[in-house]
Amino acid sequence: MQLTVNGKVHNIDVEANMPLLWAIREIIGLTGTKYGCGVAQCGSCTVYMNGEPVRSCSIPVSAVGAMKITTVEALSPDNSHPIQKAWIALDVPQCGYCQSGQVMAAAALLKRIPKPTDSDIDNAMSNICRCGSYQKIRDGIHVASGQKKLADVLAFYEATPQSRA
Amino acid sequence: MTTTTQNNQVVENASRRRFIIDTSVVGSGLMLGIGSFSASAAAPHNPNTMMSATSPEVNAWINIKPDDTVVIRIVRSEMGQGTRTGLAQLVAEELECNWKKIITESPTPGQSLSRKRVWGEFSTGGSRGIRISEDYVRRGAAGARIMLVQAAANQWNVSPSELSVDKGIISHKASGRKISYGKVAEAAAKLSPPDPKSIQLKNPKDWKVAGKPLARLDTFDKVNGTKIYGTDLQLPGMLCAAIKQSPVFGGKVKSFDANKVKNFRGVKAAVQVGDNAVAVVADTWWRAKVALDSLPIEWDEMGNGSISSVEIKKQMEEGLQAVGDFWGRKEGDAPAAIKTSNKIVEAIYSTPFQAHATMEPMNATARYTNEKAEAWVPTQNGEASHATLAEASGLPLNQCEIYKLDPGMGLGRRGGTQEYVTQAIRIAKQFPGIPIKMIWSREEDMTHDYYHPTAMAKMQAGLDSNGNITGIHIKTSGPSINATLNPMAIKNGKDNRQLQGFDEAVAPVGAQLGYTFPNLLTEYVMRNSHVPVGPWRGVNTNQNGLFMECFIEECARAAGKDSVAFRQALMKNHPKHLGVLNAAAKKANWSKPLPSGVHRGVAQFMGYGSYSACVAEVSVTGGSLVKIKRLVFALDCGHVVNPYLVREQIEGSVVMALGAIFNQEITVENGRIKQQNFDSYPLLKLAQVPKVESVLVPTMDFWGGVGEPTICVVGPAIINAISAALGKPLRNFPLVNEGLTLA
Repeated sequence: MQLTVNGKVHNIDVEANMPLLWAIREIIGLTGTKYGCGVAQCGSCTVYMNGEPVRSCSIPVSAVGAMKITTVEALSPDNSHPIQKAWIALDVPQCGYCQSGQVMAAAALLKRIPKPTDSDIDNAMSNICRCGSYQKIRDGIHVASGQKKLADVLAFYEATPQSRA
Repeated sequence: MTTTTQNNQVVENASRRRFIIDTSVVGSGLMLGIGSFSASAAAPHNPNTMMSATSPEVNAWINIKPDDTVVIRIVRSEMGQGTRTGLAQLVAEELECNWKKIITESPTPGQSLSRKRVWGEFSTGGSRGIRISEDYVRRGAAGARIMLVQAAANQWNVSPSELSVDKGIISHKASGRKISYGKVAEAAAKLSPPDPKSIQLKNPKDWKVAGKPLARLDTFDKVNGTKIYGTDLQLPGMLCAAIKQSPVFGGKVKSFDANKVKNFRGVKAAVQVGDNAVAVVADTWWRAKVALDSLPIEWDEMGNGSISSVEIKKQMEEGLQAVGDFWGRKEGDAPAAIKTSNKIVEAIYSTPFQAHATMEPMNATARYTNEKAEAWVPTQNGEASHATLAEASGLPLNQCEIYKLDPGMGLGRRGGTQEYVTQAIRIAKQFPGIPIKMIWSREEDMTHDYYHPTAMAKMQAGLDSNGNITGIHIKTSGPSINATLNPMAIKNGKDNRQLQGFDEAVAPVGAQLGYTFPNLLTEYVMRNSHVPVGPWRGVNTNQNGLFMECFIEECARAAGKDSVAFRQALMKNHPKHLGVLNAAAKKANWSKPLPSGVHRGVAQFMGYGSYSACVAEVSVTGGSLVKIKRLVFALDCGHVVNPYLVREQIEGSVVMALGAIFNQEITVENGRIKQQNFDSYPLLKLAQVPKVESVLVPTMDFWGGVGEPTICVVGPAIINAISAALGKPLRNFPLVNEGLTLA
């Protein structure tokens, strides 16, 4: 079967019930998309299917068809997506394992709602982070959406962009 | 915001090295698949790499390249807590190098062994990463600075006292000459190192790099999927293994029918792993897992198949009534003082087993030949992985090597307990020369943890007619972590580790009780079950802090006194405990009345050498739905190496504590764990998390931990606030058992 991932068509010979996650990770070899639970609970495996965020651990590869898959590796070529820039500027990730999924979920939210409210963020960001980076994720979305200035967010933590450089 | 140029550079480097596996390097077993990029890739914020065997150096800690790149060697593990960046800051401070030119590398346990453990312990647990390393890493860096300056002085034929250093540039003011570290590093390396004891370290008040909220060194590849975790590792010819351990702890494999899965696609074999597990090895992990799920396995439950949480709780309840030699602290005669008091306060609390549930499930990759055993491990303790590999492979330590990967969280699960290394090498031994990547499924991870131990406490206090405490009797019961992991530490049935946080002295464990009572008795009655238990972020300060601080609250209410004032009166001999309590109360405007429907709670406790206090404001709707309105946290960890990252640890601790007190409970049925995944063991989500206001109040006269001491006060502060809202005490945790939900 064919799978279109990050703009490239891959001819793959796999079982129809192989979850998309494992086709991406083990057949195509893109490991940015993570395994966390396998039952669509944690969101570490978030990818886009025709631009919509989905939990790839629970979608059989046969259900993908011609839909275009985008993984975290293709969110931007150079860490330049506003979410990635905000994540870096605020050091959102701790261990980082869930952050591929968090970044993908947050970027999808901004695409759908360019200026999300706190309530929009609460509703959209259901990915699990065991390190507890949620406060910084919220900050990061506010900064990436241009609703808060980086300097103002950092001031709450008694830091400035200069003091972090 | 970081410049695009920096980002570009890093991403290019990251993607270039991503799947590069230099076979000659693989052959020598030094660096595999990760971090094998060239030294010229010295962009700022380069992630960590493994140390090459031939890496030149000024001394063991520092290698300065001709282009002035400073390579700092770090053996503690980085799993999000920021230790890598913090230790690099301490080194850069004493070295006086340019922070923008820093990269880090990790010596392996084998390299450490061959150099007589010159980098000290690898263990990254007990919140030790900074506080135990700080002195020797700073001396190492200062020693390197002295050698570099001496080398310049020799070159210019002047006295080193005439030279100054700023950001890696050595200057001779009298002649106007300047030279960079990179130009003198080779000469410096040939000089005799100064005696570390003779080195005068900087006064922290003069710090320029340490103590500052600098950005992490290793964030870039966490936002674009290029960071390689253990589960992501790809090695030439690698096979993958899925494993199933006896669902009943202590059980063994009786038989399994390998023929049933031998024709499954991609499957190489089904193999036994030790006496208690079976693995399927296949070309991909998913195929291994599918076959394993279809593999018929018969288990011998070894008599443990009928144990349930009900029996385990009954044992603890019996323990609370037991009479015997259980005491840890005995000052005065607390039972007698309580008995004759004006008023007696008594409460029994219970806390559950809890799982670590690190986002990255347990895993290890191993390769075995007759000459060498190697393992790639997300580990909190490279040396523990190394020792485990040697024991399980049967090869001596010097024929074993560990390549550490940054774990997708540790929380205590990846330190002393290294059974995944044992399993991986046992599988690999059955496939000589082939790297085997073994990953536990989430279900395997959830049901085969070393759990945070369940516990109960019977707390008793006497109050005199003025509402002052006459005596306190703390009696706890439950499984002992040492009984699972370190039985030799238990003497005559007594295990004071389970009384962590009630200690009289600060040293050696750093968990002093912050109150002085006229009479005090602490007791721990060990009641073990077949469920393995282990350290879980904060370890026994979690339940003991909760017992103490919920009970002190009950005492304050029984005495009709203000929660903060009641505590303050007991803390005169504990100025640091008092300091954080006061700091939290001040930030939270404790004395200011709250709007109707909002209630406060407070807690303070000590662990891992640091002092924490928390004030929470909550509202409770319909007697069951809890909303946290405000959360203030105060921490005195002595010295703060990176205040921004210390705050992130506090923020993370709050999330972990909230999940633990509201929702998370591991229960036992038929000898096995009932919860399998995040649907039955729910972790907190973003919408439930309050914004944490952290106040750092370092007194700069000691070195405390950060990762763990910040968790144990969160629960009791919130519980006390809810209890104020409901007008009744809460004693059965998690709070879902009291009918409460976090909004």
